[in-house]
Amino acid sequence: MANEKFDAIVVGAGPAGSAAAYTMAKAGLSVVLLERGEFPGAKNLFGGVLYRKQLEDVLPDQWHKAPVERHIVEQRIWLMGKDSAVTFSHRNEAYKEPYNCWTALRVKFDQWFAAQAEAAGALPIYETVATELITEGDRVVGVRTDREDGDLYADVVVIADGVNSLLGKQLGIHKEWQPDEVSLAVKEIIALPREKIQDRFNLEGDEGVTIEFMGETSLGMAGMGFLYTNKDTLSLGIGVMVNHLKKKKIKPYELLDHVKKHPMIRRLIEGGETKEYSGHLIPEGGWNSVPPLSGNGWCITGDAAQLVNFVHREGSNLAMTSGRMAGEAVIEAKKRGDFSRETLRLYDQKVADSFIRKDLVKYKGMHQILKEEDPELLFNRLPQAVNRAAYEMFLVDGVPKGEKQKKAIQYLKQAAGGTWNLLKMGVKGWRAMNG
Amino acid sequence: MSSSIAEKLFTIRYKVDDQSHLIIKDQQVCLTCETKECTHFCPADVYDWTGEMTTVAFENCIECGTCRIGCPYYNIEWVYPKGGYGITYKYG
Repeated sequence: MANEKFDAIVVGAGPAGSAAAYTMAKAGLSVVLLERGEFPGAKNLFGGVLYRKQLEDVLPDQWHKAPVERHIVEQRIWLMGKDSAVTFSHRNEAYKEPYNCWTALRVKFDQWFAAQAEAAGALPIYETVATELITEGDRVVGVRTDREDGDLYADVVVIADGVNSLLGKQLGIHKEWQPDEVSLAVKEIIALPREKIQDRFNLEGDEGVTIEFMGETSLGMAGMGFLYTNKDTLSLGIGVMVNHLKKKKIKPYELLDHVKKHPMIRRLIEGGETKEYSGHLIPEGGWNSVPPLSGNGWCITGDAAQLVNFVHREGSNLAMTSGRMAGEAVIEAKKRGDFSRETLRLYDQKVADSFIRKDLVKYKGMHQILKEEDPELLFNRLPQAVNRAAYEMFLVDGVPKGEKQKKAIQYLKQAAGGTWNLLKMGVKGWRAMNG
Repeated sequence: MSSSIAEKLFTIRYKVDDQSHLIIKDQQVCLTCETKECTHFCPADVYDWTGEMTTVAFENCIECGTCRIGCPYYNIEWVYPKGGYGITYKYG
């Protein structure tokens, strides 16, 4: 491998890396795709929702061949009480034509996606860790790997090494992630017969459902759970902010077991067999945690650059889009024969003009709210109060409705610590959700 | 249908290196650490406190990186396992 020089080295064969490698290889650039796992996807994990539009933008001709599980026709949001839930959902046949999103499994999808990059001409080097960036002055000129004679050189290194981006850290473009900028998600893949899944979730054929839940299930920590239908498995998981997890001293897998016992969840997974347990960090710092995206001889993409919209659980689509855009900027740099920050900042510009920046900026206040507000209030007392209020309103026990309504409002006020606090929180929440 | 962490970890395929990719930088720091958080927040129970030192069952590591930023003293030297080693998910 020594002394060979490429146009680009992509570190990490996840959605961001493969999108970048595919885009560049297709344009005729010489590209190396590095991956530390046995194969692409071996180390990768996500909740399980993959979006069509951003995949189609990378692979307009092949996207429909992607190995996916079920196309989502219904999305449910559950606000959990201890033994109850207030639910909200939307199902629409229109999500089928064209597909809005699918459930997917990363091991299958990532291998397929990386194979598209390989077919376009990218050189795969797997089972290889990029241990550090090789620099000359302030330029990145290659990567050192854990193989013997493992130095690789290129005009550009596309850093797509995920949330634990040791290469990004080496660049020094941002401080180390803080525990309040990431959440830890644990997940189980639970096998259930296809017909059971279809019956329990009211589905026909390959239709699928997503459920996001928050409230009592996260035991007073800021976090969200999810339950997604795959073909003959379910993906059940929960993610909580690491700073809250540190404080609470609850073991993540015990939290997951707690979720599995909730009556709303228990009956859906009943009789299932756990096929795989997994855990992963999710970058949730929002726009304020996103570092500069390029410099002399490098671009940084996907999770490594904190490009995750945690409010809408979107990550893989931001990863694919940022990878594609980094690839396009490198193609332009190759045309100009200039791989300096001047040209590569084209990538920053593309991201800034896209939905990525707009969405992350819209929610940039959310992170601050989660930092300032008591998680017990937002993720426990309020959801409990909403559940109690709903219980009161629907319970017919001879108490007049007017009194019930008073009681219901009282529950909410009490939880928030008074009318004024409730109003203040509403305003704060609105602002955080709207830039 | 909850299961022990041992049963959970049993569902993951590991190729274990003979060298640890997780190293406690200074056991003295652990000795004075009051919270011993790593023994709680790790999703694979890699860390345990014996009363004198922190033990590291790196063979169980699922490579999430929580300990890398979660240790209040940044006392854990965290690198990726050697290429091809560590966990390999079947589903992901």
